[in-house]
Amino acid sequence: MTAANLLSDRRAILLLGLLAALAAAPLAAGDYALSILITVLLQAYLGMAWNVMMGFAGQFSLGHALYVGLGAYAGGALFAHFGTPPLVGALAGMVVSAVAGSIIGTLGFRFKVMGVYFALLTIAFAEFTRVLFDHWNWVGASSGLFLPVSHSVNDDFWNLRGSATMFYYVILGMAAAAFLFSRALLGRRIGYYWQAIREDQDAADALGIDVFRAKMVAVIISASMTSLGGLFIAFYNNNLYPESIFSMHRSIELMLGTIIGGIGTLFGPILGAVALTALGEALTVIGAHIGIDGVKQIAYGVCLMVILAFRPGGLWPWLRHRLRLDGGRR
Amino acid sequence: MDATFFMNVISAGLLTGLVYGLMALGLSVIFGVMRVVNFAHGDMMVVAMYATYLLYTKLGLQPLAALPLVAGALFVFGYVLQRVLINRFLGVTEHIQFLLLLSVAIIITNVVLMVFGPDARNIQLDASFESYSLGPLVLDKVRVIAAVGAGCVAALLWAFFRYTTTGTAIRACADNPVGARVVGLDVEKLYAVTFGVGSACVGAAGCLLLLLVDVHPHLSSDYTLLGFIIVILGGLGSLGGALLGGVLVGLSEALSGVLIAPSLKTMFSFGLLILVLLLRPQGILGKKP
Amino acid sequence: MSDHTQNPSTSKGINRRQFATTVAAGALVTAGGLPIRSARAATPLKLGVLLPRSGHLALIGQACQRGIDVGMPILRDMGYSIELMNADTESNPDVGRTQAEKLIREGAHMLLGCFDSATTLAVAGVAEQKGIPHVVNIGSEPKITEQGFKYVFRNFPSAPTLGRQGLMLYKDMFAASGVTPKTAVLLHINDSFGMGMLGGINALMPKLDLPFTIVETIGYDPKARDLSIEVAKAKAAKADFTMVVTRLNDAILLVREMVKQQVETMGITTPGSPGMYEKQFFKALGKYAEFCTTNVPWFDPKQEVGNQLIHAFEKAFPEESCDINVSFSFEAALIAADAHKRAGSTDPQALTEALRTTNITKRANLGGAITFDAKGQNVNLPSAVVQNLGGKPTVVLPSQSAEAKLAFPMPGFKNRT
Repeated sequence: MTAANLLSDRRAILLLGLLAALAAAPLAAGDYALSILITVLLQAYLGMAWNVMMGFAGQFSLGHALYVGLGAYAGGALFAHFGTPPLVGALAGMVVSAVAGSIIGTLGFRFKVMGVYFALLTIAFAEFTRVLFDHWNWVGASSGLFLPVSHSVNDDFWNLRGSATMFYYVILGMAAAAFLFSRALLGRRIGYYWQAIREDQDAADALGIDVFRAKMVAVIISASMTSLGGLFIAFYNNNLYPESIFSMHRSIELMLGTIIGGIGTLFGPILGAVALTALGEALTVIGAHIGIDGVKQIAYGVCLMVILAFRPGGLWPWLRHRLRLDGGRR
Repeated sequence: MDATFFMNVISAGLLTGLVYGLMALGLSVIFGVMRVVNFAHGDMMVVAMYATYLLYTKLGLQPLAALPLVAGALFVFGYVLQRVLINRFLGVTEHIQFLLLLSVAIIITNVVLMVFGPDARNIQLDASFESYSLGPLVLDKVRVIAAVGAGCVAALLWAFFRYTTTGTAIRACADNPVGARVVGLDVEKLYAVTFGVGSACVGAAGCLLLLLVDVHPHLSSDYTLLGFIIVILGGLGSLGGALLGGVLVGLSEALSGVLIAPSLKTMFSFGLLILVLLLRPQGILGKKP
Repeated sequence: MSDHTQNPSTSKGINRRQFATTVAAGALVTAGGLPIRSARAATPLKLGVLLPRSGHLALIGQACQRGIDVGMPILRDMGYSIELMNADTESNPDVGRTQAEKLIREGAHMLLGCFDSATTLAVAGVAEQKGIPHVVNIGSEPKITEQGFKYVFRNFPSAPTLGRQGLMLYKDMFAASGVTPKTAVLLHINDSFGMGMLGGINALMPKLDLPFTIVETIGYDPKARDLSIEVAKAKAAKADFTMVVTRLNDAILLVREMVKQQVETMGITTPGSPGMYEKQFFKALGKYAEFCTTNVPWFDPKQEVGNQLIHAFEKAFPEESCDINVSFSFEAALIAADAHKRAGSTDPQALTEALRTTNITKRANLGGAITFDAKGQNVNLPSAVVQNLGGKPTVVLPSQSAEAKLAFPMPGFKNRT
């Protein structure tokens, strides 16, 4: 999809309808449905953040858990130790993540570490940081960091303490903002640069694009966005362990939705998050009926494989075509 | 901490490193030839470890005797996997390949979990608790056996690539797939053989590793990652590089464990990886891309 | 996910069904006659059980589940009426949270779980929001009862308590054996449990006036593949005895490596971690598993309920290890059932009130009655010294519950037959 297309009317209507439905969801949905929706939106948000780096600029990161963890720990630790409001913590987390991203980016891009090697470099940094945090006592080391739980009935937005409904609106707002931001990025010059680099870096270089700078911008934006997702996780979960927040599983989970949904597309991360969560929940129910632990994951693996085999470009480009949202083009 | 102590630590690190190296060889072979990153590597090794476990408990076969059987079984597994599945995905981008092998890994892990349950299994040889004493040096017996086994398998692999027609043809494929096709090589078949040989290496490594560690279904992802560190350190596609990388990781784990803190030792492996990626992205013994 | 079957044991198909009949029969025999059917609460308690039955904690999650499944016929014979709703947390706190929401939506009156502290905290948060009581079977993170949750009840010691009790028992051990070592080397896993224990040990060592000092502390990564370096370091410390804080797999690696490197100390002891009393440990190490000691809360060999549980368990799962995962999960179900019976309703408030006034004397584990303090913590959970003797964990201290005499210092590895 190129960014130049303005949203067609149909698409705009569809999006607004979706947003309205999501905004109204807490009225109808029970707490369980709400917690599922929070999971979906969080995954969609993180997927969109990863998409900026991989989908737009073509830089394969397998270590995005690093930025999730840095954002979570920056906001969480400041709040736990000094009662710093999450908005300030968010800023700190974004700065830390941007710095970490630019270090990895500078090293990787300057030394021409590319493709799989770059992906492994990002894993290495994430794992390195995990072990580091396991030994850093100020953030609780491997015992974990705990955010004070409040017992007030009222939602306190500025301190991100409150009900599931409040967290739902926070993540909905974040996801909507990320969507609009991604769309805006693609419509700007940097968006075109990224696509040029993604398709053919040498050609982009020959055209006079400052490839290094463009890639760095992508990494920094993606890292900062991801760190906000980490902050949300910190305040939603109230406890943080290096082992789980920096884990490679998180990095994988985070990109899965986007790849399944359609990498490089605006709507892919959202569709992918919905599809994977729906798949997961459906398999949980079926798995419970079969009653053998592990069946769920096997079916999950098979479904992933089937999607990859038949829709390697992701579900969204295909669905978009079926819904005729792309004017009949593929 | 005296000199003997360091010698013991270093020799243990060296021996473990050789087995690590063997495990990474399979990964290196597959990537070197097909440019496919096998993220199901650790899982295949876990399967091999369980196979060895079964052969030992059901048939009383010692791991060293089981090695050819397990390696052979894994060869077939790898050959079929490549033919049926991976071959369709050779041209696609890295992340799709990655996800594909990841789903293979998820399936293997959970099938193993269903069949064998979550308990850790190990085999109990008389040698498991024995050690050789060379003067002040105490060498763990099974570690020595495993390291020697690793060396032998690596030598066989080297001979295969150096002296057999198939091996030479595979090397030709790796250097220039288009050219190989032009001269009439059956590239698809060679790729399948490569995947099989890579898998057989993993199988052999699993066999030997069962002497040293207990197997459980969730062991796989750690070893996949470890495999990657090693191959990249040594240089993807280089056989000697993989062994060297393994030894380096074994040594760095040992020394950082002693000198700094054991719980920090994995950090040093990753640190080493970062360093090598930056200073020599193609790996210590890798060829310039 | 949840199985709404009257008999929870049938939810896993034929195998489970077969074993359920065995268990039921076994329980009938051990109960010695017809089951007593006392006044039942009008509606059975729907108990949502959240355990990590798959994922990296599957081993322990399944052990806990077995404890509850085996315990169900026993509880029924005691006149309790429970329906289980089982959910798998997949060893993932996020999954645990949504599964808890789901169980509550589907009508669970009470939650039980979840073994690992991170998931337990996530589930406790959900329970707190919904006002649904949550009984913790196992989970040693102090924060679980220190965060001010009103609906959380924990019948398991926190890591610092476990550490303190474990350390105190060393004095008794030395008194009983008449040998007092001067130095110890401490090897510990560097995860949340290990660090919690380490914190407790470091804080208490100076206060408890113990006769020995820890000369070297060695932490290792939970993902460590082999522990040869750690053990080499421990050997170099030349301490009188070894103290460890482990999980299962690393405990096996550790002891095997000690045998290989010929690290002979007076004993391999733990002030309160799992690992060394488990069946896997015995299977993997054989004669070298002998004489290791663990200071943990344990089955009370003098309690009838505990013996019933062991009996039923060994009948149903002869291959599995009947340890504290089993007994504490069973006790959690017992606590839930008891509160339900006393409350006489399934109203969450009434259940919570009833839990607060819990006072159970017929229990499976050592210690006095099960009661909860204002924070929902059972503070009456003493540890015992359990030594591996004759291929099974055996209570050796305190002496009133002892089944055998403590062997300390232990015979060297070389002299074992």
